[in-house]
Amino acid sequence: MTTFALPIPKRPTHPTGILNWITTIDHKKIGVLYGVTAFILFLTGGIEALLIRMQLAAPGMDFVSPEIYNQLFTMHGTTMIFLAIMPMGAAFFNYLIPLQIGARDVAFPRLNAFSYWTFLAGAIMLKSSWFLGGAPNAGWFGYAPITEIAYNPGHGIDFWILSLQVLGIASLAAAFNFIVTIINLRAPGMTLMRLPVFTWMTLITSILLVLAFPVITVALIELMFDRFYGMNFFNPVRGGNPVLWQHLFWVFGHPEVYILILPAMGLVSEIIPTFSKKPLFGYPVVIFSGIVIGFMGWMVWSHHMFTVGLGAVANSIFAITTMLIAVPTGVKIFNWIATMWKGSIDFNKTAMLYSIGFIFLFIIGGLSGVMHSSAASDAQQQDTYFIVAHIHYVLFGGAIMALLGGVYFYFPKITGKLMDESLGKINFWLTFIGMNLTFFPMHFSGMDGMPRRIYTYTSEMGWDLWNLISTFGVFIMGAGILIFVLNIVYSYLRGKESGNDPWDARTIEWAIPSPTPEYNFKKIPLIHSVDAFWEFKRNGTPIEPASGASENSEDEKNIHLPQPSYWPMVVSIGIMLAAYGMIFGLPISILGTIIGFIGVYAWSLEPVNEPEQH
Amino acid sequence: MKTENIKHEENEHSYTGLNSKKLLMWAFLGSDCMFFAALIATYLVNMGNNPPGTPFPEDVFSIPITTVSTFVLLMSSMSMVLSYASLSQNKIKAFRVWLLSTVILGATFVGFQIFEFYEFSHHEVKVECGDLIDASKREKLTDLQVKIGDEKCIEGVKKVSEKVPLTPQVNLFGSTFFTLTGFHGGHVTFGIIWLLSLLIYSFKGNVSPLNLDLAALYWHFVDVVWIVIFTVVYLFGVFPGY
Repeated sequence: MTTFALPIPKRPTHPTGILNWITTIDHKKIGVLYGVTAFILFLTGGIEALLIRMQLAAPGMDFVSPEIYNQLFTMHGTTMIFLAIMPMGAAFFNYLIPLQIGARDVAFPRLNAFSYWTFLAGAIMLKSSWFLGGAPNAGWFGYAPITEIAYNPGHGIDFWILSLQVLGIASLAAAFNFIVTIINLRAPGMTLMRLPVFTWMTLITSILLVLAFPVITVALIELMFDRFYGMNFFNPVRGGNPVLWQHLFWVFGHPEVYILILPAMGLVSEIIPTFSKKPLFGYPVVIFSGIVIGFMGWMVWSHHMFTVGLGAVANSIFAITTMLIAVPTGVKIFNWIATMWKGSIDFNKTAMLYSIGFIFLFIIGGLSGVMHSSAASDAQQQDTYFIVAHIHYVLFGGAIMALLGGVYFYFPKITGKLMDESLGKINFWLTFIGMNLTFFPMHFSGMDGMPRRIYTYTSEMGWDLWNLISTFGVFIMGAGILIFVLNIVYSYLRGKESGNDPWDARTIEWAIPSPTPEYNFKKIPLIHSVDAFWEFKRNGTPIEPASGASENSEDEKNIHLPQPSYWPMVVSIGIMLAAYGMIFGLPISILGTIIGFIGVYAWSLEPVNEPEQH
Repeated sequence: MKTENIKHEENEHSYTGLNSKKLLMWAFLGSDCMFFAALIATYLVNMGNNPPGTPFPEDVFSIPITTVSTFVLLMSSMSMVLSYASLSQNKIKAFRVWLLSTVILGATFVGFQIFEFYEFSHHEVKVECGDLIDASKREKLTDLQVKIGDEKCIEGVKKVSEKVPLTPQVNLFGSTFFTLTGFHGGHVTFGIIWLLSLLIYSFKGNVSPLNLDLAALYWHFVDVVWIVIFTVVYLFGVFPGY
């Protein structure tokens, strides 16, 4: 072996305890890390929401100061979108994709670890702004010029800009990885039209990420240059164009909402057929609708800007494309309903309840979405609580409901234990009822003209009742989420053994033991159809090992697995320091860059331990 | 032995037969396309939104100089191809020579860019006062030249000049131009570091054709982006209406 003079330490062998988690490049552990971290961040975002609702519970409240209130709603939105829903989706990508396509790991295991640590770095950075001079306060889409230095001299916006860029690096690295994994690492016979729907949705989501994130990165860089170096991109005083920020943001922002919802749709497409004992109705149509959504998601961004004054032609075109994009989404809804039609539906499983809840709530959110697609109608609704109701019906009622259902569905595969269904039902109903109590009244307060992002209101506006109900609902929803946490802990410690396949499920990840062994599949399978495991159970079509696949081995000790590595985390630390240095001084940036460079070189020159002798 | 181990590391099994690293590179380039697309869109949207009295593209650009640097960058793509061809035929020496030429040509391009940035930020507008009177010659002057000439030319003065530096702060053209070309220059610099790393590594271990191919893909992409920038920013800037 050619060795370098560089003193690169050997890869860790059999690390234990915390070192195990720090150096792991096993997609399953990284998935768990993503899931746990994202859920904790989801709770912090929830606390921020709780404080907002406390402030709005009654007119004229002074629960938090206006300055804090601005920071709360900005952090709530940014946290939930970038630090909760996206990484919760990523947790499922990580855990499930290699299992669903019959692979040993993702295509680039170390890059995968790097994605997680960089995501964590971005999350720490954004959240640390609370303690380092104030959180960002310009709303989650940070419209210029309020974010310009002249109007917002604190460091909050700088934290927002830099941490979103760090998070962008993490998302991009993960998206590249999953595109390559899904295209290249499929088991033999797993053609594209035999892929599980969740894997398909992950592929579309990753492609959207790869194309959408650079646009927000450019917008953030331009804003950063405006703030740090006095450039003029969004500064109207010197000819800059604030509307450009809106365009760049929403060219990213609209694909982003599909990045949030498509993984949820994929999970629901796995859960509903399983508990209806029927194949997914119109599998190719569901896939095709997903592709159409991914494509058309790029043609609708200006519907966020109907009141900017882009002119009748632009508004009409974007109104029409927005109405059109409801079609493939509606098609999916009908597919799920048709899947349940005449199936033997198991209403006793919490995962199924969440999936049905998803369909119900997503339809409501979808319908209010179609209402906004009319530019004339939207002009009345823009920036009111009606929009807040809509976004929460699609993101909480849609994405979060499906993700929680996904946790109930896949918990046995991850831990080998079943989640408690009675606690699960209490959890579901509290969350479902609390969610509707919180967000449905916002339709009315919005229609009555209550604007978003206001700190307080007076009693004569007539919004008192709706706001009180909303605040009441948020506590019920919070109780539901607490029971979810309780259920996770309880089931992890005391849950019943699940066995391989507790749900009589359809896809090949259920054919292997639970919890999943480190090498996933002892033998890489040969796939003959969509829902291969179901075919095996019902029609006896065997899932035989693929012949000639080099990874197949009789003895599990001979399976080569990627080895743990220190360097992904080192590079992430470098990136985090470089970003912090932009705020706290160039030396920190330089140090971070040097650490990052050392990490990258060590990463690419890192030796591989010899296969062990047993 | 090293390459053998790497096989286990990065899981060589491939459903499509495409190499996974190469696929990753293509996905990255797709992403980078959107990055430059957003920057170029910013440039186009902001074209012409500059306050009068500040430098415009036609004031600062020197097409002949940038043509030379463009030519240099394009030639670096050719030497990159020759380097890859030599490596695949196992001609290590030729591979190193062509790789080094690519690095030098790339560095020359970056040098041109630094020179340009320096020149622009110390730009001086010069006007021959006689040209202001002659209508056909006056037409060819830029707005800034006419403005400065009209202000400063008095009886008996032949030539006037004024320092009008183009900085990222002075107007939108400066902001967008320096950001766009700066990021492109950053890409080239990153490519130079990458190629140099491969060159140094070739003395210690074996550079596989695949690893060079990844760098080459990146290098060619950055060149293609420059062609777009040269056309949209430089040529459209100096020859409006084309």
